[in-house]
Amino acid sequence: MEELMEILKSLHPDIDFEKEDRLVEDMILDSFDIVTLVTEINDRFDVEILAEHLIPENFNSAQAMYELIQELED
Amino acid sequence: MLFTSYGFIGFLTVLFLLYYTVFRGNQWKLLLAFSYIFYAAAHPSYLAYICFTTLTIYVAGLRIQGIGDDSKEYLASVKDSITKEDKKIYKTGVKRSQKKWLISCLIVNFGILIGVKYVFPVLLTFNANLIPLMDIIIPLGISFYTLQAAGYVIDVYRGTVPAEANLGRLALFVSFFPQLIQGPISRFGDLSATLYEKHEFNPGVFCAGIERIMWGFFKKLVIADRIGPLVAAISGDPEKYRGGYVLALLLLYTIQLYADFTGGIDIVIGIGQSLGITVRENFNRPYFSKTLKEYWRRWHITMCEWFRNYVFYPVSTSKALQSFSKFSRKTFGDRAGKRIPVYLASFIVWLLTGLWHGAGWNFIVWGLLNWFLLMMGEELEGWSDGLEEKLHWREKFAFKAFRVLRTFLLVMALNLFDCYATVGQTLGSFISIFNTGNLSVLGDGSLFELGMSPADFVLAGIGVLVMLAVSLIQRKGSLRERIARSPFAARSLVWIGLFMVILILGAYGIGYDASQFIYNRF
Amino acid sequence: MKKRIVRIIICILVIVLLVDAATRLLMPKYVSDVVEGNLICEYYQEPNKDFDVVFFGDCEVYENFSPMKMWQEYGINSYIRGSAEQYIWQSYYLLEETCSYHRPKVAVFNIQSLQFNESQSEPYNRMTLDPMRWSASKVNSILASMKENENFIDYIFPILRFHSRWSELKAEDVEYMYKSHTVSHNGYYMRIDVRPAGDIPAAKKLTDYSFGDKAWKYLDMMRELCEREGIKLVLVKAPSLFPHWYDEWDEQVTSYAEKYGLDYINFLKVKDEVGLDFNTDTYDAGLHLNLSGAEKMAVYFGRYLKEKCGVPDRREDSALTGIWAQKEVLYNREIEEQRIKYNL
Repeated sequence: MEELMEILKSLHPDIDFEKEDRLVEDMILDSFDIVTLVTEINDRFDVEILAEHLIPENFNSAQAMYELIQELED
Repeated sequence: MLFTSYGFIGFLTVLFLLYYTVFRGNQWKLLLAFSYIFYAAAHPSYLAYICFTTLTIYVAGLRIQGIGDDSKEYLASVKDSITKEDKKIYKTGVKRSQKKWLISCLIVNFGILIGVKYVFPVLLTFNANLIPLMDIIIPLGISFYTLQAAGYVIDVYRGTVPAEANLGRLALFVSFFPQLIQGPISRFGDLSATLYEKHEFNPGVFCAGIERIMWGFFKKLVIADRIGPLVAAISGDPEKYRGGYVLALLLLYTIQLYADFTGGIDIVIGIGQSLGITVRENFNRPYFSKTLKEYWRRWHITMCEWFRNYVFYPVSTSKALQSFSKFSRKTFGDRAGKRIPVYLASFIVWLLTGLWHGAGWNFIVWGLLNWFLLMMGEELEGWSDGLEEKLHWREKFAFKAFRVLRTFLLVMALNLFDCYATVGQTLGSFISIFNTGNLSVLGDGSLFELGMSPADFVLAGIGVLVMLAVSLIQRKGSLRERIARSPFAARSLVWIGLFMVILILGAYGIGYDASQFIYNRF
Repeated sequence: MKKRIVRIIICILVIVLLVDAATRLLMPKYVSDVVEGNLICEYYQEPNKDFDVVFFGDCEVYENFSPMKMWQEYGINSYIRGSAEQYIWQSYYLLEETCSYHRPKVAVFNIQSLQFNESQSEPYNRMTLDPMRWSASKVNSILASMKENENFIDYIFPILRFHSRWSELKAEDVEYMYKSHTVSHNGYYMRIDVRPAGDIPAAKKLTDYSFGDKAWKYLDMMRELCEREGIKLVLVKAPSLFPHWYDEWDEQVTSYAEKYGLDYINFLKVKDEVGLDFNTDTYDAGLHLNLSGAEKMAVYFGRYLKEKCGVPDRREDSALTGIWAQKEVLYNREIEEQRIKYNL
């Protein structure tokens, strides 16, 4: 989780990712951010996020992203 | 059948009557029949195309789902005896055979699209004898329903939606007549939620739908079709009409395109609503966007989402691009290295978006210019954010207005590619604005000789002000909800007024060429 | 539920009233420039429609015969149901409609329109068809007349056709919204000015002189209708110098008339007997006759009607005499007005 927070912070230092839970719907993260994030996460966590995982529900909050990572690690 | 033809109004009336009476128990079947009638009315041969597409995605969808279900069953049966490694290998194999179905289905369908839209026109240039076949070979709206059908199979593959086991229902999803010709491009998960349900007649909802249809007719008939002849005259003769004429064209075409396309979508959504079916919004006051990036989230939304979900994401998360990303970060450093692969994926998206709009260099250049400007915006964002922060401009109205105007001007310029047949004509005409020195034509009455009288200009101007006013009101909440809440007398006054305005001031009938919806061609 | 029905009824009523008002406002009034559009509807205002002779056809009837003169000379009670470029199917259905009001003794048809096998012009269609009252005849006439780009619904709701006149409305459009006016004298359009006929342009050679199937079909229908109703059908060709009336056309009409025992009078051949002088009797150089010409035609043709067709002298009928007396006042008044207008 901490590692994920680090990635998120480096992307948007001004956002409080602990609280936000509508990151995609409120357009805080755009498609470019998401793709950048995916690359980063794939790299650091050694998972493979595919296009089918790129739905708003998986990226609306840090928690959702973390759950996705765990699911993929499984 | 044009939306703004007597035939279509009659067609809708009969549909509404049957839908809520005799066919109350079989509403979606009636819709399928009417959709096929609608499509066959354009040309019976088109039915062959759409049936073929429907069949292929039906079979592919079921197979993909079947393979997935079988594999789950198998894995459940061997749950205790299989190792994690073997399970992974097995799953990869399953995915691969599912992918085979997906890919062959996409190849077949996009093959047809490419064949009729890009290869056939090339053949035409070699053999003029084929021209009479054009109407038979190039089915109406194929660009739209192919995307929608492809989206369905990909969604099944991704497991987002279950495969549809009923061929008729799937056929309706592909051919649903209001959106067949110009979108919106619906996703199966969205549209199917209300498409197949039984809908009881609800006067409030029905009238709201009719209201939306009338609003679409207003935009289309009173504004777009009134401007149409002038736009056609100027863009039809780029040698003759230069400079000031092109400047007029920039503004007029942008208005026409907006009124025509959003009006058409209003009609589509309104028909859906009258039938109790929710069709997704395709526009969100796009000309108020502060950046080009925002514009592309608010204009033709369903198409942009299609390209994002089914091109941008798969490309940018593909193995090739992921490894390119690693390489790029090593080579160009962290900052640039992160961006280059994304820009590359975006390049592909915009190239395809351009191509999807038409088989011509001007559409490709249009797409790539969009890409270039978006990337510039992306690169300059940090810099301009900082500047604005420092100068405390961010929240100032004047600065917001400036950004909106800047985006609008960009969009106007980009739209010019739509008006002319070639890149050369487009660029030549655009440059002529600055070096022809005939801006006086804007004020000396020359424009009145090209199919729009002074009265037409005044009327179109008032129409634009009405659209603008409605958009401004919408910023503070839905105008239509407010109308729905108002007393019956006020509501009916709005409806009757709108009806009379369209009836009298619409540019239709003898003396006006029934201009096709601009988006039909695509 | 009851409230809802009342509301719907009120809404529909408001829409009907508004559409009707808008239609009346936007329909062309044919008051000042193109008055020919008013001719067809004037028939309905006639208090007494028992005319013994009714004319059908295009401008060659409504500008070339004066019913007033025929009344004055012979007591013939006649009416001209002519309109601009009236096609033969339109003439047929006007005859059919006329019979539903009163069966005339003689129907006179000017055969110039035989040359057209399809309607040529949408605005002319509208001038003949819009003013007709609704009847099966009107419906059939519309169906027979429509060009490819026309829709039947445009005739049911003329506002669909004329709505674009919003930008050219004049004071007269408001004035005549609910008011009718009269431009003709029993369907006769009067002109008293003179423009002598000069050189008539040479007629172009045609590749095919035979009349079309549809034109013949309606002539047959017209003849059969007259036979059924006991009406004497008389074919005429007005003495207009142009558009050119070809000998080949004339032969076809002549042989048709012979075949069915109809009278056919080509006034071009008897213009000397009529006494026409194209230096004084035409107002547009030979295309149409003026009052002087139309009265000469009335005298000549009236005698024929009286002697050959047995059309009665009805000057004994006091009611009819009263009506014609009123008409005579208007007739003479217009002559005076035109004298002033044309400085004669």
